[in-house]
Amino acid sequence: MNIDMASPDQGGCHVAVVGSGPSGFYAAEALLQAIPGVHVDMFEALPVPYGLVRSGVAPDHPKLKEVMAVFERIASADNFRLLANVRVGADVTVDELREFYHAVIFACGAQSDKALGVQGEALPGSHTATEFVGWYNGHPAYTDHTFDLSHDTAVIVGQGNVAADVCRILMTPVDSLRNTDIADHALEALARSRVKHVHMVGRRGPAQASFSPRELRELTGIAGCTVTADAHECVLGPSCREEIEARTNLNARKNVELFASFASAGTPMAVRTIHFRFGWSPAVIHGPEKVRRITLQHNRLSGPPFAQFAQPDEVTCGIDCGLVLRSIGYRGVAIPGLPFDPDQGTLPHDRGRVIGEHGPVAGAYVTGWLKRGPSGIIGTNRADSIETVATLIRDWPQLSERPRPGSAAARTLLTLRSVRVVGFNEWLAIDAAELERGRQLGRPRSKFSRVEQMLKLLG
Amino acid sequence: MPHVVTDNCQRCRFTDCVTHCPVQCFHADDERVYIDPEVCIDCSACVPICPVHAIYDSLDLPDAYAHELVINAQRSHLLPVISAHLPPLSTAESRRAELGL
Repeated sequence: MNIDMASPDQGGCHVAVVGSGPSGFYAAEALLQAIPGVHVDMFEALPVPYGLVRSGVAPDHPKLKEVMAVFERIASADNFRLLANVRVGADVTVDELREFYHAVIFACGAQSDKALGVQGEALPGSHTATEFVGWYNGHPAYTDHTFDLSHDTAVIVGQGNVAADVCRILMTPVDSLRNTDIADHALEALARSRVKHVHMVGRRGPAQASFSPRELRELTGIAGCTVTADAHECVLGPSCREEIEARTNLNARKNVELFASFASAGTPMAVRTIHFRFGWSPAVIHGPEKVRRITLQHNRLSGPPFAQFAQPDEVTCGIDCGLVLRSIGYRGVAIPGLPFDPDQGTLPHDRGRVIGEHGPVAGAYVTGWLKRGPSGIIGTNRADSIETVATLIRDWPQLSERPRPGSAAARTLLTLRSVRVVGFNEWLAIDAAELERGRQLGRPRSKFSRVEQMLKLLG
Repeated sequence: MPHVVTDNCQRCRFTDCVTHCPVQCFHADDERVYIDPEVCIDCSACVPICPVHAIYDSLDLPDAYAHELVINAQRSHLLPVISAHLPPLSTAESRRAELGL
C-alpha cells in the first residue's frame, strides 16, 4: 500500500500523532512504512512515552512490556520525532496542529472511567480502577492518591482484565512485587496492607465475564491465596450454554470451566481469598465518613444469547469492606475542536477518518480506544492503526494539496510558549536513570513518578 | 510459555494474526505461519482472530499438538518475519470447509 510520491512540494510530508501508547506507535509504524520520507511527530502529554504499556500493563507482567522494544525500534526511524511533555489542547491547540500538519491522528485512548451511578460512590475508599492502576504504575497524575488498605476486605466491581490486574496486585505477597517495576510508593503502601479478602463482583454471570482465561488462571497461582466461587451462581441457563458453545466464544467457555473448578474446590482455608460473585450490581456504598460496607442488588439475566442483560430482582446482600474499586469500563474524553460521541465515549469516524455533523473533518483521523472504545489488547491496536493509516493514504491526494510546515512551526510555537519539549533521546536518558535506580535497589526498574523529577533529571 | 500455531493453518495462511501481533513474531513459508517463541510476549491477541482456530496459548495446547512447540521454534528461526497481512492461500477456503469452520 505504498504511495509513490514522497511529497507534492519541497517541504515534505508531515503527519502528527497525538498520544504515544500502542495505537499511536502502530500508527507511526504504518505511516513510516506507507509514505516514503514522511515526517511523523508524536505528541505526548507526559515527559515519558508508551501510554498504557508504561502506566496500564501490570508490573508483574514484564513479558508484555517487552513490546516497548518494538516501540523503541519504530522511534529510531530517521523521520520520527517525539514531542513529549506537550499537552495538546493546552500547550498547542488541535486547530494549530491541523494547520501545521497534512494530517493529525488522534490516539489519545480512553482516559476517563464509567461511573456506577450509585449513592456513596464518591466516599473516601471508593475509587476507579484507573486511579489505582495509575498509582501502582507510577503515573504522575495519581502519585499522591491514597488508598485505605487497613480493612481486611476489598470489593472490586467489574470482571475484566483490569479488575484481574487490580486483584492480583492487592493479593500478591509484597515480596514478589519487589521483583517488579511497581511504583516505590505503592510498594511501601502495599507492604502495610491488611487486605486479605477480595470480592470480584460482576453484574451478569460467569459466561459473560470478560477476563481472558490467561488472566483468570493467573489468579489461581498467587501464593497463599485461594480462589472461590459460589456453585449456585455458576449454574448456566440455556442462553448462557448457547453462548459458550459458540465457536467464536472460546474464552468464555474456558472461563466458565475455570469458575466451575473454583466453585467445586470447597471452603477456603487459605489466609487470603479471592471470591467471585456473579449476578450482583452495587446498589449503595455506605459510609458515613468513608467506605464501610457495600449493598449489592441481585440480578437475573434476560434477553437472547449474546444480548443478555442484568435485570434486578428483590434480593440484596451486603459486604463489609473498606475499599471499593470499580472497573466497569473506560470512556474517551472529548477533544475541543473535534466531534465526539458522548454515548460511546469515542470520536465518530469512518474507518478512522473523523466524521463531524457536516461530513469528514479534514485532516483528522482517530485510532485505538478513542476510535473503537476500550476493547481489545495491545495487538488489537496494531490492526486498528493499520486500518486508520490505510484510510489516510486513500485521502492523501487531497491532504497533500498544499505545503505544511510540520515540526518547524510546532517547535517554534512551543518555544514561544515556553513549553519544555522532551524528545525521544531525553526519554532514553530517563529510562536509563530509572533502570539504574532499580539496579541499586535490586529491582528491574524504579520509576520516576513525578513530572518535576523527570524534568529535573534532564536539566 | 509461548503461543503456538498448529497445522490448522496449513494450506490456509489467513495471516490475520500477523496484523494483530504487537511484536512481529510470525514467520511464514509457502504453506503456513509459525511463532518465534523467543519473540512472542504471550498477549493472546492472535488466538481469537484466527479464522481456523490454529493458534493456542501453550497452556491450552492439546496433547495431540505438543510436537508443534518444536516445529514453531525451529521453522520460525529459518524463515523470514511476516509483518504485514498476506492474501490467504488459494486453498484457504476449501481447507477451512474441510476443518468444518
